[in-house]
Amino acid sequence: MTAIELRGVSVALDGRPVLSELTLRIPGGSRLSLIGPNGSGKTTLLRAIAGLVVHEGEIRVGDATGATLSRRELARRVALVPQIPAVPAGVTVGDYVLLGRTPHIPYFGTETRRDLAIVASVLDHLDLAAFAGRRLDSLSGGERQRVVLARALAQQAPVLLLDEPTTGLDVGHQQQVLELVDTLRHDLDLTVVSAMHDLTLAGQFADQLVLLDGGRVAAAGPAREVLTEPVIAQHYHASVRVLEDPAGGIVVVPVRAPQREVVR
Amino acid sequence: MTVTSARLRVGPLLAASAVLAGAALLAVLVGPVRLDPGAVLVELADRLPLVDTTSGLSAPETAILWQLRLPRVVLGGLVGAMLALAGAAYQGVFRNPLADPYLLGAAAGAGLGATLAIAHGPDTSAWPVDLLPVAAFAGAVAGVAGAYALGRSGGARTTTTLILSGVAVAAFLTAIQTYVQQREAETLREVYGWILGRLTTAGWREVALMAPYALVSTVAILLHGRLIDVLAVGDDEASSLGVRAARVRLVVVAAATLATAAAVAVSGLIGFVGIIVPHTIRLIAGSGHRLLAPLSLVAGAAFLILADLAARTVMAPAELPIGVVTAFVGAPFFALVLRAARQAP
Repeated sequence: MTAIELRGVSVALDGRPVLSELTLRIPGGSRLSLIGPNGSGKTTLLRAIAGLVVHEGEIRVGDATGATLSRRELARRVALVPQIPAVPAGVTVGDYVLLGRTPHIPYFGTETRRDLAIVASVLDHLDLAAFAGRRLDSLSGGERQRVVLARALAQQAPVLLLDEPTTGLDVGHQQQVLELVDTLRHDLDLTVVSAMHDLTLAGQFADQLVLLDGGRVAAAGPAREVLTEPVIAQHYHASVRVLEDPAGGIVVVPVRAPQREVVR
Repeated sequence: MTVTSARLRVGPLLAASAVLAGAALLAVLVGPVRLDPGAVLVELADRLPLVDTTSGLSAPETAILWQLRLPRVVLGGLVGAMLALAGAAYQGVFRNPLADPYLLGAAAGAGLGATLAIAHGPDTSAWPVDLLPVAAFAGAVAGVAGAYALGRSGGARTTTTLILSGVAVAAFLTAIQTYVQQREAETLREVYGWILGRLTTAGWREVALMAPYALVSTVAILLHGRLIDVLAVGDDEASSLGVRAARVRLVVVAAATLATAAAVAVSGLIGFVGIIVPHTIRLIAGSGHRLLAPLSLVAGAAFLILADLAARTVMAPAELPIGVVTAFVGAPFFALVLRAARQAP
């Protein structure tokens, strides 16, 4: 089943085209990494799917067109973890994760016991139960990222969008967060779309890569096909070595371009 | 598990209500004529349905209680409640701890309305209501509406744009107000007295004038408590959680403006309540608006009743402007609360 389908999607921000005629089909239960240089439209694409920017063309989420869904209905289908989430002052981890239940609570209603049970189970699942009473602004970057992920999971949306989920994390925490997302995807049968800067991690934690450049799909396919030295050189203007990891997978290492010899 | 810390809890609300009841009783008893506490309680109980007793208060004492003290206490409570509630609401929807009920031009608009009424208003002694509160109310609402329209007209809908529009509208209205005031120098004293805020003219008529707006605003803001909490993560994230942030903000700002305008109309500009009361509550009870809003309401009422009691007793028989008391007492108290909060783990 197709989880998300984009047909001829274009987005302009302040009159400047950011996405142009994008067509993309993301199968349910798959994991897809969006890669591309800064300004290529990764974040805008995620925001368009989440209904946060006005777009032309059609975006289908599950069996419905995004435009026909109310904001609440869309929020029950798509959860977005922004690159730099707001950290409201003085809010506890438990209350913050409870915000994820918002699309399930009536306008003037209040959370039910079921909502609280879902929050508790998400906190358990992410080893955050002990943090429930802690203030969000007292956590470390890695802990906070897990909490933001917990809020998105509390939404119980089948589609999870992650905008550079490893920003600001050290290499260990980057792996932990991505492993966690992968486990959750498997356990909860989620479709995961992540915008990624780290090409190695992008390849290791996705079935499909989509390379955006200038708001268009420049390349798409498995890591082995997309992550090649010429493709990366062309779109990132970067000098890299693409190495084969003996354990499987592809490693992209930036190398310094050959320097011109200094004439004395 | 403390997942429900943002929810409305009965305990703190009961405690705050007890403080409010104590403050109200104290304010009713203390004055140039001291009333007997027991007799006052019996007299109050006598007005309840199905209760018929005799308090033993003399006729003048009964008149002091019902015509002077009680309306003033009730009005002071209403004004304090509305300013504190509006402050909590504004701070919530603007995600700005410095937001106060006068932020978006309500004070400047009300000031202009009141000044025009004082300087150029017709003689309204034969009217059923005074012109002054009506003009102040209209000015406050018009000021905020102007700021909102200006903030939205640029297309950008960020809270910063809105706040800056409020600053611009307030500066513009204050300029006109100062101009009118300077031209009509004989009104200076009356305008100044109004700007400092006062409850001296309090009567049941003012209470009746304000009560409907207070009721509507209170219901609207309290119903939106949970949604104000959602706005704390920013408009974008609130949208991705299924909430129309701009619409929630508009409704809450409209309700808070109504509350502020009603308070300003009957009491002038009483500063500080809308800042210190919600902040103190936030430091004690947390930042969830489902608890913060009702607690601010009750604590604001108690605070202003006590401030008014101080205003009319410390220099008796003269009266201090109540705005002087709220700032003089409120600022050091707030500093203490801030210190205590910083030392807490």
